[in-house]
Amino acid sequence: MNLNAKRIYMDNAATTPVLPEVVEAMLPIFNEYWGNPSSLHQNGQVAKEILNEARAEVASLIGCDAKEIYFTSCGSESDNWAIKGAMLAAKKGRDEIVTTVFEHPAVLNTCKALEKQGYKVTYVPVDNKGIVKLDELKAAVTDKTAIVAVMFANNEIGTIQPIAEIADIAHEKGALMFTDAVQAVGAVDIDVKALGVDMLSFSGHKIGAPKGIGALYIRKGVYVKNLIDGGAQENSKRAGTENLPYIKGLACALASAKKNMSDNDRIRALRDRLIDGLLQIPYTVLNGDRERRLPGNVNVSFEFVEGESLLLWLDMMGISASTGSACSSTSLEPSHVLLSIGLPVEKAHGSIRFSLSHANTEEEVDRVIENMKNIVDKLRKMSPIYPQTND
Amino acid sequence: MLYSEKVMDHFTNPRNVGEIENADGVGTVGNAKCGDIMQMFIKVENDIITDVKFKTFGCGAAIATSSMATELVKGKSIDDALKLTNAAVVEALEGLPPVKVHCSVLAEEAIKAAISDYYKKKGIDKEIDIPCTCHDCACDDHHHHH
Repeated sequence: MNLNAKRIYMDNAATTPVLPEVVEAMLPIFNEYWGNPSSLHQNGQVAKEILNEARAEVASLIGCDAKEIYFTSCGSESDNWAIKGAMLAAKKGRDEIVTTVFEHPAVLNTCKALEKQGYKVTYVPVDNKGIVKLDELKAAVTDKTAIVAVMFANNEIGTIQPIAEIADIAHEKGALMFTDAVQAVGAVDIDVKALGVDMLSFSGHKIGAPKGIGALYIRKGVYVKNLIDGGAQENSKRAGTENLPYIKGLACALASAKKNMSDNDRIRALRDRLIDGLLQIPYTVLNGDRERRLPGNVNVSFEFVEGESLLLWLDMMGISASTGSACSSTSLEPSHVLLSIGLPVEKAHGSIRFSLSHANTEEEVDRVIENMKNIVDKLRKMSPIYPQTND
Repeated sequence: MLYSEKVMDHFTNPRNVGEIENADGVGTVGNAKCGDIMQMFIKVENDIITDVKFKTFGCGAAIATSSMATELVKGKSIDDALKLTNAAVVEALEGLPPVKVHCSVLAEEAIKAAISDYYKKKGIDKEIDIPCTCHDCACDDHHHHH
């Protein structure tokens, strides 16, 4: 089975193919420059140079100093480190976290774990467009708040949050501002200094690097406790011999992503074409704000049909997408994100997310619309809750 | 692949889809909130289920188990149909992932709900032991037996 042939891949929010230039950039490190950057001999020193260059490149691409970039194993590790590290380092009397109800599980479950240890967490609601309620967030942040954690863009519905404003609210009360930007880095331009955040997490495999590499930006002067203790790597803040090939891969992927951002208007046009095409199907709604969303994110609910069934059919038609339906998960609970924007459970079950990249084409979008129409029609015809028509 | 070939066959090419006009028994189980509703229609002649049709809102397993359940009871006597277990549906489908087993229970439940409705319409006073799907869905009114 050749998965690259003919299939339409629209699940880039789940993961992305490793870019050919990234593979190319990593190969010499496997083959030749495999030294340990901590070693004093030439093998080590060459590796160290590659590490320094990659760190500088990543830093320049998000607008910070190389010393402010820490490589980790993934986005989840970065999220865990930012929040747990901040709470462990927080001054006495600052034992509260403010976050939102629709964060990625890497943030939500980190907060829940801290709650069990006695920290107080406030989960700020979002409006029905999928944007955090700023007035409620403002009311929740107090001088007891150690950290405010709000995602840059939601992983399911792609809505972009007013991070700079939220950072101001956090800083007014002396709290740290952290944003999980796993879905946003590489998709939209990000300048951490302009945003005013203290920490920002991102991941390699969402932008064309392999799985198993992530990073955390920690602003100079911000102190967080270590999550992984050991050797002196990453300025003694994150132990473990550096994953140099993947670090190089991350730097290369981020550079490519930045170049591809010139293509964002085309991706937005494809997204809008897909949204308009899908909304032609009766009883279909778009989830999340239409404008304030990632260039490639489409999330729609088809009433009276169930998401896993839609997904199975799409898959058989050679189309890869994802669903927020409970039936596709082991929890049997529909997506907490869709419920947070006030979508009724029934509609949440019938949701499909398409996440596009610069690799997608207009022909693909049209094929998806055509297939989706047929699939929804087929499934609705056998749905006992679909309103009866005269046909 | 998540599902067996048999499940995919019944999902993509479901048997006995539709409704029966003036059915002798109709059973509806499940809840849209839980993500699955099954509706079964039966035609009964001389205690034999001569025709059966279904409509299902749900995942691949929900559709496949409904389809298989209709095949397993078609042409059977009411008493034999009442002996249909969810395990038999799972076996006939060559297995289901553990999280999907509740769908097979729902299919058994739907058949029994249709027979229960048939008894009621006929004025037959027989109690049917309808299983509980009891999956972890936070719905208060999961059991809708009509």
